[in-house]
Amino acid sequence: MERDMTVKSIPLAATSSGARKATDLAAALTNWRVLLSIAALCLLPWVLPSKALAVNVLVYGVLAMGYNLLFGYTGLLSFGHAAFFGAGAYITGIAIGQFGVPWYGAVLLGIIGGGLLALAIGALSIRTRGIYFSMVTLALAQLVYHVALQASSWTGGENGLRGFTVAKIDIAGFSINFLDPVSKYYVLMVFAALALWFVSRILNSPFGAAIEAIRENETRARTCGYDVERTKLISFVLSGLICALAGTMSALHLAFVPLDVLHYQTSGMIVMMTLLGGASSFFGPFVGALAFLLMEDVFSLWTSHWQIIVGSIFILFVLFLPKGIWGTFLARVVR
Amino acid sequence: MSAPLLAVENVGRRFGGFVALDGVTAQFEPNKVTSIIGPNGAGKSTFFNVLSGVLTPSTGSIRFKGQNLTGTRQHKFVHLGIARSYQITNIFPELSAHENVRVAAQAARSRYNIWRNRSHFPELGERADAALDSVGLGGKHNETAKFLAHGQQRALEIAIALVSDPEVLLLDEPTAGMGPEETKDMVALLEKLARDRTILLVEHKMKMILGLSDRILVLHHGRLIADGSPRDIQADPDVRRVYLGQNDGYA
Repeated sequence: MERDMTVKSIPLAATSSGARKATDLAAALTNWRVLLSIAALCLLPWVLPSKALAVNVLVYGVLAMGYNLLFGYTGLLSFGHAAFFGAGAYITGIAIGQFGVPWYGAVLLGIIGGGLLALAIGALSIRTRGIYFSMVTLALAQLVYHVALQASSWTGGENGLRGFTVAKIDIAGFSINFLDPVSKYYVLMVFAALALWFVSRILNSPFGAAIEAIRENETRARTCGYDVERTKLISFVLSGLICALAGTMSALHLAFVPLDVLHYQTSGMIVMMTLLGGASSFFGPFVGALAFLLMEDVFSLWTSHWQIIVGSIFILFVLFLPKGIWGTFLARVVR
Repeated sequence: MSAPLLAVENVGRRFGGFVALDGVTAQFEPNKVTSIIGPNGAGKSTFFNVLSGVLTPSTGSIRFKGQNLTGTRQHKFVHLGIARSYQITNIFPELSAHENVRVAAQAARSRYNIWRNRSHFPELGERADAALDSVGLGGKHNETAKFLAHGQQRALEIAIALVSDPEVLLLDEPTAGMGPEETKDMVALLEKLARDRTILLVEHKMKMILGLSDRILVLHHGRLIADGSPRDIQADPDVRRVYLGQNDGYA
């Protein structure tokens, strides 16, 4: 083998100064990814056409980021993540509207409830692989959908859940008017920032290395001594917790939970946003959520069949830019 | 003769009606190289998969340092001291060579911790560096594994197995797909490793096996038909009939 080393040049050792700068930039983007992401998101309400759109980018960005932990970093294609988003939203709404729980308690309950649901669905699905895993998660999420549809005295059934408006948020003596779009955005931004920090925390950790190893080669990871099933289940639950947080953010934002949050179309949308932005890139899911929601906004003005256009663009992305918008940017511009 | 490190007794494995491994009994002493040979379909890979926990034996038992390993889950084997490589290169293709080995080393130290940074365990990186250097990948630490040459990927896989500092190393055709030069390097590496490790080897290259092995087991139709020194095996009439004669084995 030593002989081969002399034959083949070593790209990294022989980097030109331009390539060196690009590597430094990539390293800087990685090291500062949480603060850079927060900074970018803080600017969002002032560059987008509407504040409502900005809030949606925040909510769906956190949702797609939670999903990306499982899909992009652990390599598991779940088609049932609407269940955790919906669970977070419903539990928060029910806790506030029907039990008078203060908003922060309702958020916590929503996250815990979504996490427990993820534990249950994960435990049932994690031993299957590939398409079977996707189908089991889809089926179990459909089960959750139908439970929410039938339990209408709790959930409002088809009409969705109403009657839990959060008008103001009191923190440390300050009272923030939650009906004001800008204030609302920055309150929700705090949740998004926590989620960004948490996901970055996971990716930097030994556990983050373990899930990447499993994504890369499950057999090798197991041979190296990782309990693949247990690691996947933990990743599934962490992913579910973040998606549930997105659900609670959505409930607080809309003061309404439509039954659609649990629909399999929502699960599909999460996959699309993640892939559009760039699976297994840190900020990609937010870019994907932004791209998707912008396209929805623009194309739905032209035609009620906007999904045809968005779907076509999605297919083009999968075929020609599999790394997504942000992933391609990182690969082409930075590296 | 020292006490056996690893012992299999009457180990068998069936897949439906097909008996891939049929009542194999053998013991392996420390710091010896044992090769397992046999024609295609003889049960070599099944034997390895049973020894490394990939497959649970249908019959019989595996003992390692006196402990019964039958039915132990696969991921625990490396922690006990049994590591392996695969016939088809089995690495983490998108990770750097260094991270391939570092994450393997990490499995013994931290598997579920999300509150520390990976860099909190610098000794893992150092051990990865040392393992890469020991298999001749000194200059390739930062290269993405999938861009390494075939022989280098095979060496990387051995580094991944080595970093756990295993007592028993199971190598499934480490020179598969290699040219003569790469094979020579691999043989030199195996000779170096054999000094202080127990190595079990599945190979097809007879010249290499005869030179490297302290002992050879011959499998045929899932059965152990011969077990002895390279000299004994070469002289064994059964072996000549089922294996060496039909296979142009001295290639």
